[in-house]
Formats: sequence, C-alpha cells, structure tokens
Amino acid sequence: MRKMAKLWNEERADRRYLFKPEVFPFEDMHTKCWFPVQAGTGAPDLVDIEIAKYPNFLKGNIQLAPLNDVIDPVRDKFVTARLDIYSKDGRNYGLPFHVGASVIYYNMEILNAAGVDPYAIKTWDDYMKAAKVVKQKTGKPMTTIEVTEHWSFWPLIAQQGSDFLDADGNVILDNATNVKTLQYLKDLLNSGAAVATPGGFHHAEEYYGFMNDGGAASIWMPMWYMNRFTDYMPDLAGKILILPMPRWTADGMRSAGMGGTGTSVTNQARDLELTKDFLMFAKGSEEGNLKIWEDLGFDPPRWDVWDNPRMNAANKFTEYYQNDDIFGMLLDIKDEINSVNIKEKLPAVIDRLKSSVMIQALQQQNKSPAEALKEAADLAR
Amino acid sequence: MTKKQTLGSAKVAPYVFILPFIASFLIFYLYPIISTFIMGFQQVYPGQVEFIGLENYRKLDNPEFKVALKNSFRYTVYTIALLIPIPLLLSVWLNSGNRTINTVYRSVLYIPSLVSIVVAGTIMRLLFASSDKSLVNTLAIAVGAEPRQWLLGGPHQAMILLLILALWRWVGVNIIYFLSGLQAIPDELYEAADIDGASQSQKLWRITIPLLKSTTIFVTTISIFGGFAMFEESFILWAGKPSPNNVGLTIVGHLYNKGFQEGEMGMASAIGIVLLIIVFTLSISFLKLFGFFEAEGRR
Repeated sequence: MRKMAKLWNEERADRRYLFKPEVFPFEDMHTKCWFPVQAGTGAPDLVDIEIAKYPNFLKGNIQLAPLNDVIDPVRDKFVTARLDIYSKDGRNYGLPFHVGASVIYYNMEILNAAGVDPYAIKTWDDYMKAAKVVKQKTGKPMTTIEVTEHWSFWPLIAQQGSDFLDADGNVILDNATNVKTLQYLKDLLNSGAAVATPGGFHHAEEYYGFMNDGGAASIWMPMWYMNRFTDYMPDLAGKILILPMPRWTADGMRSAGMGGTGTSVTNQARDLELTKDFLMFAKGSEEGNLKIWEDLGFDPPRWDVWDNPRMNAANKFTEYYQNDDIFGMLLDIKDEINSVNIKEKLPAVIDRLKSSVMIQALQQQNKSPAEALKEAADLAR
Repeated sequence: MTKKQTLGSAKVAPYVFILPFIASFLIFYLYPIISTFIMGFQQVYPGQVEFIGLENYRKLDNPEFKVALKNSFRYTVYTIALLIPIPLLLSVWLNSGNRTINTVYRSVLYIPSLVSIVVAGTIMRLLFASSDKSLVNTLAIAVGAEPRQWLLGGPHQAMILLLILALWRWVGVNIIYFLSGLQAIPDELYEAADIDGASQSQKLWRITIPLLKSTTIFVTTISIFGGFAMFEESFILWAGKPSPNNVGLTIVGHLYNKGFQEGEMGMASAIGIVLLIIVFTLSISFLKLFGFFEAEGRR
C-alpha cells in the first residue's frame, strides 16, 4: 500500500493522498476498529478487516462506504466471488487482497524417497493410498491436520459445494457432506498417515519448526500460505511443489477460495471520494494487483493480470517453489475455485470449530464427527 | 473576594482536591456502569440500537456460559487455596533471620508481578509448547518422561498451567501484604510466648495467624476479584484463540468473545452485569461471614 501511495502521489499532484498506515496484531486491530465504528467517531479512513470478523461490520446500520461506483468499471476483471464475500444486499464494501485459492504443497524430497508421483494423485482416495505408502516407505506422515483451527477442514467441504453456512446465512455445519469429510480427516489421522499439527494449527511456531525439518510430506492451505513457507521454512527452498488439490469425485472441483482480508472505507473518512479512488488504485488497479503478487506472494483477485509476464518474473517465490508457472496452474483451475458464504453467524461458527469441534472429533476423539458438528451447529443456531 | 481566596478557603479547597478523583470516577466508572446496565437490555449494532428486554439474559442459558462460570469459579477457589497459605508462610520466613538476604529474596519474589501478563503468558506458552524442543518437554525427556502437548491436554492440565502462572506472578504481591501485616504484630507477644516456652508452630498458629486475620481477609477479597476477573492469562496462553474445548474460557473471556468476536455488545454487557452481581454477592457474604463489618463498627 505504501508503494502504491507513492505511485499515486507521483501521478496526481492535484489529489495527493497522505497515507499513514498503522500495523496492529490481529485481535487488536479488529477491536480498535470495532469501537470507533460502533461509536460513530474516531475511525480511520481505511480499515483492513479479516474475513471471519467481516460479518460483524455488516450488522445493523452499516458504517462502511459502498464501493460499487469505483468497482463497476472493472468488475468483470475480478474473480467476483471475492467481492461478494465483503458485500451485503448487492453493495460491495471491501476490496480483497487475494483469491485465496486452496492448493496443496508437496515436499518433493519426501515424495521422491517414497516413490510417489504427486501428479498421479487425482482424488482424495488416491491421496489416502499415497499417504499410506509415504508413511510405510519413509516413516514420515503424509500431512498434518489442524486440531485448533479450521483450515484443514473448510477447503475440503467448500470443494464439494458445502460450507458452514448456506447462502441465506443458515447454519449447515452438521450436514452429511461435512460429517463425511470430517470422518475422512479422522480416518487419515487414525491410519497413522497423518498427524495432528504440532502446536495445533498451521501458523504455530511448533509447526514451522516441524515442517522445516522435513516433518511431513504435504499440506493443503490457500495460496496465501506461500509466504509462510518462504518466511518461516527456509530449509525447504527448492523442495516444494504446488498443485491443485485432489478432487472428491471424478468431475469435482479442485480448489476453493479461502480466507481473506477486505480493505474498506469507513463513512467517517474525511474525503470519501478521494479515499475510495485511492483504495481502488492501490488494490483494484492492474498495477496494484501485480504488486500484491510481487510483494506479498498472494494470488491477486484480478484474473486479467494472471498471465501478465510480470507474474512469471523471478522473485523470491518463483525461486523457492519447484513450479515453472504458478499462475498457469491457477488459470487452469480458475473456474474450479468454489466460494464460501460469509454471513452474520460465521464468527460464532468459527469460534466453535476452533474451540471444540476439531479437538473433540480429531484430537481427543471423545465425540464422533457427527456429534461434534451437531453440537456446535446447535449452539451457533 | 479574589479567585485565589475562594480556592484557598477551607470550605472549597477539599472539594478542589478531590475533584480529579470524583471526575474520573464519574466519567470512567459510574457512567460506564450505568450505560452497561442499560446496554444489557439492548441489541447494540453499529448505528442501530434497540431495546429487547431480557433477551440478552435469556440467551445466557447456554453451555458455554456455564463452562465459563465453572472455570472462573474453580480458578478463584484454587488461587485462593494457593495464594493465601504459600505467601503467608514465605512472609513469616522472610520476616525472621538475616535481613539483607531476606531483602534480596523479597525483591526476587516480587519482580514477576512487574512483568506484563502478555510477556509472562507468551513466555509460558513457549516454555510449554508442544514441540519436543520446548523447554519443559526437553526436561521431561531428560528425566525419561513422555513429552506432552501441554496446552492441548484437557481441563486439568490447562488449570495447572493457569495456576502456575498465577502463583509465579502473584506470590510476591501477597507477600508484601502479609509482611506489612506481620510488622504490625508487637514483638512483646512473641517474647512473652518464648518465656512461656511456646514452640515455633504454636507461635505461628496462636499468634501470627490470628493476628493476621484482617490482612488475610483483605487478600482473600482481592483474590476473589482477581480470580473472577481473570482473562488475559488464558487469552495469551492460547495465543488469542479460543482454548481447546474451552478449558481456559472464563466469564470475562466469554464477555470478550461475545462483545468483540461476535459483535454482540448488548449480550456482553449482560454478562458483565451478571459478573458484577456474582462478585458483589460473594465478597459481601465472605466479609460478613468473617465479621469484617462488626469489627469495623466496634472501632
């Protein structure tokens, strides 16, 4: 954003934008932003709001400015599902950072040692079989499964068109697809071919250390996880291959758009029009989207930049990963990136997944997947 | 009369001096308490506030709030059970013997309470991390025990971690209270007891502990407040995420989740009011039970 502010000011002497960013820890940022929005005074012009918190800001009389007028001219260039997640009643309130396409990261050193070809893993059944081979040949687990967060679970159900909430915001957490999928994770764990993620989730210090030491052969996470590898797992450089996720059925989807942070303009902004134009320039322009990839390593939400030569230029990400053409792969699955429903009850559901469902069904296994999901779903309803 | 004289007059001056306190009390305590009470009957969304009667209180009848109540209650009982006797005995020990060495010990025991909870909790989390390479697991392996997933290990383990943290942090503070209580006990009593041939333990049970009664009542009362208000410790220990199976969920934690995670400020206010009632009832009945008000009256 800072770079984009500089660029903006160089080009537009008459509409200079003084960009003063402040960085906060995750919880802090949302709390500090929540108060002034409630109180109606003291909010910053621009705010970043993470997807799981976003529905809170769409409650009541919405205090964010609709961005439709600045988005409309280039709307067809966006992966529109990513605009929809920050919207209510047809008004778009936030600009996404990324598509968050779920992919699978294979540690090729381990797969080669086990003689497993990742391209031959087409379905999750194949994955289970390959996992057992990896475990048997190398003694290492095929993957790790989160037990205190929901990233191992959400993409898998979203791939199948299921979700935590339906399009109207009703809780469908305990539907048959979700139960079956959670059971799959449990079976994978109990077969010994997967282990519970050290530290509980894929952003734990323990996990980074474990994975960096060649602890597991793969992990499925969204594209934005790419920079966690480069930043926290330097020893895996040159060993990681990114592929689309396995399918559930022969013609099933190979990805799902996950996570995200929307940047919004509060209606307390001093110059609403200028702020909206600047935001659109910083995050919605072609240049902005190219920078999102070059600086952050995220898959930018405008697909019309994906085949831009700059997306293939050497940077720390292309050097780190084995892939020749990361965005070619992404263009290939562009129409298979299922979206999720971001509605009012999402924060409550995610809270329960983190605090109870995953632990009870996977780690302690004192409740069956069906029981754990049902209980959490009833609580959130 | 000039302005200076007005301010200096015996009638006005006291009010001027207490003005900062009164003002901050009104603005930062009384006003929020009253508005919390009102918000407890409202649904508070950005730019849209409605009265919904007792709906928020009705919604408190949920399993999570019960878990939070149970955890807070247990935590308070255990902290009182640990944080009264241990500091009491330590302060008796520090009050006798070599003064220089004792001053050193006293400072060492007090330092932890100067460390912010966030720092202490983060260090604690890393010490007890689930990796085989975390400090505690390394020690466990060295003595031949199994490494554990400490923070994911169920309610008992979680409570033990929280209590270790509380103990480490608060022992020093309570020692200070008890030491000042001890210094108020006249030496003559001990001399008389020595002449009568009383043993160390008799002196402790018959003189020290009875005469520390008002200090003990004070420390217990603030421990009740502290115990029920506990939030940061568990929040930081689980890195700001909900603890597994809600083992670390406290009343204030639940309030935080409702208010800031789910954006239900009205419901959070209702939880706050319930917490206020619980703590108020408990501490008043505790003080009554130990005759605190009577003693005051007699004086």
